[in-house]
Amino acid sequence: MKQHKTNTELIAKSLKRRHRKQTRLKYYGLFSVLLGISFLLILLGSITLNGYTAFQQTVIKVNVKIDENHIFGDDGKVSQDVMYATNWDGLAKKAFRKVFPEVTDRFQQRKLSDLISANSGYEIQQMMIDDPSLVGKEIEIWVNASDDVDQFIKGRLNVEVPEDQRRINDMQLSWIQTLKEKNIIKKTFNTGFFTSADSREPESSGILGAILGSAMAMVVTMFLALPFAVMAAIYLEYFAKPGKLTDFIEVNINNLAAVPSIVFGLLGLAVFLNFFQLPRSAPLVGGMVLALMTLPTIIIASRAAIRAVPPSIRDAALGLGASKMQAAVDHVLPLASPGILTGTIIGMAQALGETAPLIMIGMVVFLVDIPTGFTDTATALPVQIYIWSDSAERAFYERSSLAIMFLVLFLIGMNLLAVLLRKKFEKKW
Amino acid sequence: MDIFDITIVILAISTASYFFAVKKITKISNTNDIRPDSILSYYGKIAAIWAFVPAFSLLLFYSFLSPIFSEMVFIEKLSKIFPEHTESQLDLAFAQLQNVANGILENPDININRLAVELKSWDETSLAVRSWVVFMLLAITALFSYSRLTPKFKARKTVESFLQKLFLGAAVVAILITIAIVASLLFEALRFFEVYNIFEFLFGTHWSPNIAIRDDQVGSSGSFGMLPVLSGTLLIALIAMMVALPIGIFSAIYMTEFASKGVRDFIKPTLEILAGIPTVVYGFFAALMAAPFFRSLGLSLGMDVSSESALAAGAVMGIMIIPFISSLSDDVMNSVPQSLKDGSIGLGATKAETVINVVLPAALPGLVGAFLLAVSRAIGETMIVVMAAGHAANLTANPLEAVTTVTVQIVSLLTGDTVFDSPKTLSAFALGITLFVVTLLLNIGALTVSRKLSEKYD
Repeated sequence: MKQHKTNTELIAKSLKRRHRKQTRLKYYGLFSVLLGISFLLILLGSITLNGYTAFQQTVIKVNVKIDENHIFGDDGKVSQDVMYATNWDGLAKKAFRKVFPEVTDRFQQRKLSDLISANSGYEIQQMMIDDPSLVGKEIEIWVNASDDVDQFIKGRLNVEVPEDQRRINDMQLSWIQTLKEKNIIKKTFNTGFFTSADSREPESSGILGAILGSAMAMVVTMFLALPFAVMAAIYLEYFAKPGKLTDFIEVNINNLAAVPSIVFGLLGLAVFLNFFQLPRSAPLVGGMVLALMTLPTIIIASRAAIRAVPPSIRDAALGLGASKMQAAVDHVLPLASPGILTGTIIGMAQALGETAPLIMIGMVVFLVDIPTGFTDTATALPVQIYIWSDSAERAFYERSSLAIMFLVLFLIGMNLLAVLLRKKFEKKW
Repeated sequence: MDIFDITIVILAISTASYFFAVKKITKISNTNDIRPDSILSYYGKIAAIWAFVPAFSLLLFYSFLSPIFSEMVFIEKLSKIFPEHTESQLDLAFAQLQNVANGILENPDININRLAVELKSWDETSLAVRSWVVFMLLAITALFSYSRLTPKFKARKTVESFLQKLFLGAAVVAILITIAIVASLLFEALRFFEVYNIFEFLFGTHWSPNIAIRDDQVGSSGSFGMLPVLSGTLLIALIAMMVALPIGIFSAIYMTEFASKGVRDFIKPTLEILAGIPTVVYGFFAALMAAPFFRSLGLSLGMDVSSESALAAGAVMGIMIIPFISSLSDDVMNSVPQSLKDGSIGLGATKAETVINVVLPAALPGLVGAFLLAVSRAIGETMIVVMAAGHAANLTANPLEAVTTVTVQIVSLLTGDTVFDSPKTLSAFALGITLFVVTLLLNIGALTVSRKLSEKYD
């Protein structure tokens, strides 16, 4: 009797310790989960904090009058040669310097000109081309401020450091102050970011070229990967006889799904570019490489979707006299298609975010032109982010953050769409 | 006509064939009162297949092979003009020739100009021939199949056996991709090992791939000992696993054993967002936020942390890998039979004791599998290290220093202006096949151990 009591006591005593241990384990787990989630928040939060300012662009008002002899040739028509010979940058700078007539020293004049974008001349030229009736009139135009001014206005340039260590000197600061007082400097919505391709000047660079490159590559990927994946999945689920070939195919698919993406880039470089002589840096080749990469993912998803269709559907079709192929293609495939679609969207999202294989096939290029065809030289959105984050100018930092925000939002959107589709079409058989 | 136009013509003719075939069979069977062997649409399908497949295959075949052929012919011609050129110089000369022919470049050399004119007319002829040959074949097969179709023809069987072969072909593509990977990597790697000793590559401790152009150049010895590169890869992977493994496993334990269903349904997809974020974003974060953070942290502690430290790249890579570990482990731990857990609880063990003494040991093979997959992922990861790790090979185990990795080297060897056939670019393929083999072994290992788990309880 006494013995028993001590046992109970022993257990009761240990129980506290054991429960403490359990609580500890639980909190370790909770802590880990919170850590993981907070990493996610830090990642997305810091990029958002960096990027949201790129929605706005600082612009400066310039009054400019473009004479006819800068645009029109002798025959009074718009002449490419004349426009080509015109020093548009000089015109823009001269017009801007009129705000500060007191600045006459050449060195200071140059510093003053540095406040507006080096591409201002081009902006003015485009405006004249779009509306030749403006020629000869005194017009107001808001040109982009240079990236340093832009960063300063947004409070991203530390002006506390000594003058020789910062990109804007005291003189320029006082000019910016004057501009502010005269109310001819302001922040506007950054339209250029969404309508232009890359540029050496951060203030004129945009993501449209990269987005189009990505879109074209995705079209190629989709048209190559989806049909092959669906056909392979039907074969493996309904026609493959158990045996060495089938086993080998399955092992290959599973392994390909885990091969590092850069290896697919090497494959594309060696086979598509060097052997088949396909054009370098083209969305066509990029899409082909990404298709090879996503094919296993989509096959695996499609097989799962086909398997989820109950055998009774197929049996019923066969029982009513349909052939094996008719049962598979006409009856099972339509029922499996929402699942296949979901898998495809997830695979495409993966392909859209992929960078390394595209770098291998030369899609990492500086490109001011917007690509128009599948064999044009192009870049892709993730690659554009990579290119910008490699640049020295701080303003590119802000712009690549905004580009990341778009990429991530789009990917999350695609994944949400996949989840919603799955929810909508999910059937309990 | 370009490839797109020709494809549209082929498609149009194939569609027309479909309707003509259906019409023909309908007419014959109506007038002769014969019941067709198959549903009418199958006759259309077989006619369309007969029109489309041969012509389209020829088109693809021709388009892929004709540039290769013209390169062969013209390199032959160039080698007569420049007998002293090496193979890679001839490749370069051919590229220039193409540019001259397309009017992008001008070349003063009269021989080159003559050849460029020849190349241009060759290309134009080749394009014209392509359209003609493809359309001829299209016409022949379309008409032939139309003339041969009768209601007795077993159209459904033919279509289905064609489809089945097509489907098999699609499945075999997976094998072809693997073969293409191995063949292309091996081919280039073997060319590298012709000029560089394979043992020096595998076991050398000095990696500096820049080959001196001038003899007096310093620091460009052109030596390809991959050990420092491999050690850097492993160091970064190790750091990543040290971050990801505890967080991932503990999260999985929490999700399977402690969290309510609602909480788990929230946590799991949230953590999986981490896996869906593109690697270039992690690279950006590692290079521009994590690395400066670690550097200033180190400075405040009086340590010198490199701005391309292995620590920053590895830690961020670890964050990326958390969801792999947590989701895979969660699945594995869920697949441990409930009876084992119930038995343990029934004997008076607490939940924690059950997890540690019953669930984890039972799930161990699956956990090891998840671990191996994650390591394979870490070794093959490219963008984070390209953006945040170093480029100079450095044989060290110090996580605060800059190290380089296999993937970083592949990228830096193959971007920038280099002649393709130099040992420098070929060495990238040698690194590539090493990477492929290592990750393949890890994947097979992962598959094998996790299969053991399912065998045990199924």
